Amino acid sequence: MAAVQVEGLSRHYGEREALDGVSLSLQEGQTLVVFGPNGAGKTTLLRVLATLLRPHAGEVRVLGARLPGEAWAVRGRIGLLGHEPLLYRELTARENLRFHARLHDVAAGRVEELLARVRLEHRADEPLRSLSRGMVQRVAVARAVLHAPELLLLDEPRSNLDPAAVELVDPLIGSASGRTRVICSHDPGGGLAEADVVLGLRDGRPALLRAAGELRAEEIVELYR
Amino acid sequence: MRRTVGALLRKELLVELRTLESVPGMSLFAVTTFVVFHFALQRSSVDGDLAAGILWVTLLFAAILGINRLFVADADQGGFDGFLLAPVERTALLVAKALALLAYLVALEIVAVPAFALLLLGPSLGQAMPQLLGVLALGDLGIAAIGTLVAALAVRTRARDLLGPLLALPLLVPIVIGGARATSPLLTLGHAGDPPTRWLLTLGLYDLVFGLIAYALFDFLLED
Amino acid sequence: MYGKGLRALSISTVAVMALALALVFFYAPLEAEQGFLQKIFYVHVPLAIVALCGFVAGGLFAIQHLRTRDPRWDMRSYVAIHMSLIFGVATLITGSIWAKGSWGHWWVWDEPTLVSFLIVFLLYATYQPLRFAIEDPERQARYASVFAVTAGAFVPLNFIAVRASTAYVHPRVLGATSNLPSQMALTFLVSLLGIALLFTTLCKYELTAKHTRAQLRALRRLADRRAGTAVAVAPARARSAAPSVHATAMTAHTPERPGI
Repeated sequence: MAAVQVEGLSRHYGEREALDGVSLSLQEGQTLVVFGPNGAGKTTLLRVLATLLRPHAGEVRVLGARLPGEAWAVRGRIGLLGHEPLLYRELTARENLRFHARLHDVAAGRVEELLARVRLEHRADEPLRSLSRGMVQRVAVARAVLHAPELLLLDEPRSNLDPAAVELVDPLIGSASGRTRVICSHDPGGGLAEADVVLGLRDGRPALLRAAGELRAEEIVELYR
Repeated sequence: MRRTVGALLRKELLVELRTLESVPGMSLFAVTTFVVFHFALQRSSVDGDLAAGILWVTLLFAAILGINRLFVADADQGGFDGFLLAPVERTALLVAKALALLAYLVALEIVAVPAFALLLLGPSLGQAMPQLLGVLALGDLGIAAIGTLVAALAVRTRARDLLGPLLALPLLVPIVIGGARATSPLLTLGHAGDPPTRWLLTLGLYDLVFGLIAYALFDFLLED
Repeated sequence: MYGKGLRALSISTVAVMALALALVFFYAPLEAEQGFLQKIFYVHVPLAIVALCGFVAGGLFAIQHLRTRDPRWDMRSYVAIHMSLIFGVATLITGSIWAKGSWGHWWVWDEPTLVSFLIVFLLYATYQPLRFAIEDPERQARYASVFAVTAGAFVPLNFIAVRASTAYVHPRVLGATSNLPSQMALTFLVSLLGIALLFTTLCKYELTAKHTRAQLRALRRLADRRAGTAVAVAPARARSAAPSVHATAMTAHTPERPGI
């Protein structure tokens, strides 16, 4: 059974088609990288898979559950790292993570474990607004994997992170994590390197869908023209 | 559900304690309004219908301030998404926010009612206090239910600061009617009597109906 | 689909309203106290009743929209509320005229119907600004429906509260209908029917017009696509407070036309 199975997914925004007839299939443990210019529908696709948006047409199955009807069954098994860190600036890293831990029914010990993994234990009690962007992004990563999700949805995860931090979070959200992942990326070279499957979107429509091995970086750059 | 409401309420009160955005503003507003009323009405003491009216109008407008701010932090800092991703009942957010608003209203009244008694009220409150608290409680429940629903409705629109009050004020008119009518015998010189049951029932009915409606409709506001 | 029966409806509306007018002016007796002015009652009260029902209907349609997600229900809800708002303004104006004529003031707080109408009007007047303030059409429809249901439940509650609070010196009209002499009662009922038909006909016209416009847009887009001049993004339309039904929902239900 595929971890993510999408067939003919469409979603409109008024009269504009944000997504039009997108289909893909992703096996457990595989990584799908989605490319496309801004406004192509990458974030919309990610949010549909995250159960935040309903599909308007087509079939979407995530971890075996059919969306939107069975979304409640998989919500706790998906982790989303989007453009927004989804954290409260006035609260500390620890308070934010503890809050999410309570929502996801995760033990408090896990919060401490993750704070250590992203090397922020010493600044865990300062309000987030006093931390740098990179540090906030690290807390966001911790939030995304707090509940040990089976499926990771990442929207340009390396933005705001310096190379040292990237190394730090790799075991959590990178290929080393072993999780099924869907990543939105603007980096043809790097993205291609970690992908098993590549999806190219343009104006909401799938422009290409292929195994990463059969693709060259130049073809991806074509998408953006 | 209870656990989720607990977690949300805790976060809510923690943020409020850190930022002090709602309660001090609401309380200060109420006290200032009493002063304004003194000058506008050119009276040093009021009682009966007039007193009840002033008290309820002031509480209403102060509540609007709180309602306006209720979901702003969540809307601006992506808090909705964070909550929507969790495997929890979405109505828990309504309950938690309504309880928070209720808490803010109670805090408001702890400041405003003594201030009112001190600054404007002629007759002494002493005996009528428990009954007054009862009427206030009934009114607060209605304000909390409708206020939370309207706040959630208005926060993700363009003119959120304007739409909130415009939507809330007409909807809260029955609370003002019921609250003022129920309170005026308590504020009359010589403690004229008990709040007429008719008005307590009206308030109770309103609380029940809109509590249920808010509960039924809230989820539709959160999804996309 | 929507245009069906429009002609029959329009004709019957005109007929009944003509009959009502005739009855009001020639059949109904002059009322002893208020004289000719009292005849406004035959317009004012039906307007009030129809507007109130329209608001509640808007709420019911909204419930259907929330349950089925079919944008056509939202369209019906919008049209019902929007039309009721217009009828509501007419209610307030005719009520004001009546008040001025009967009691000498343009506005009286004694008449609970008028007062609760004012509050309801103020509430529903925010309906369109609310819609206008939300850009995403689907969310706009959903939020509007939530509002319509809340406001629809509010109408009776508000009426009860205001009525209980008003010290009425003057005999209230709505309760007095049962005491009306038969001639007045008949005139009133015909008038009520006429105004109800007017409301329904106007709503139907508006729904038909919107539906037709939406279909036209859908056909145009289809033609553009077939001709190869496909526009990836629809031309920018001004933000609107009125719902427009998305084409796919419509085309799924229109009968097949040859040659398209």
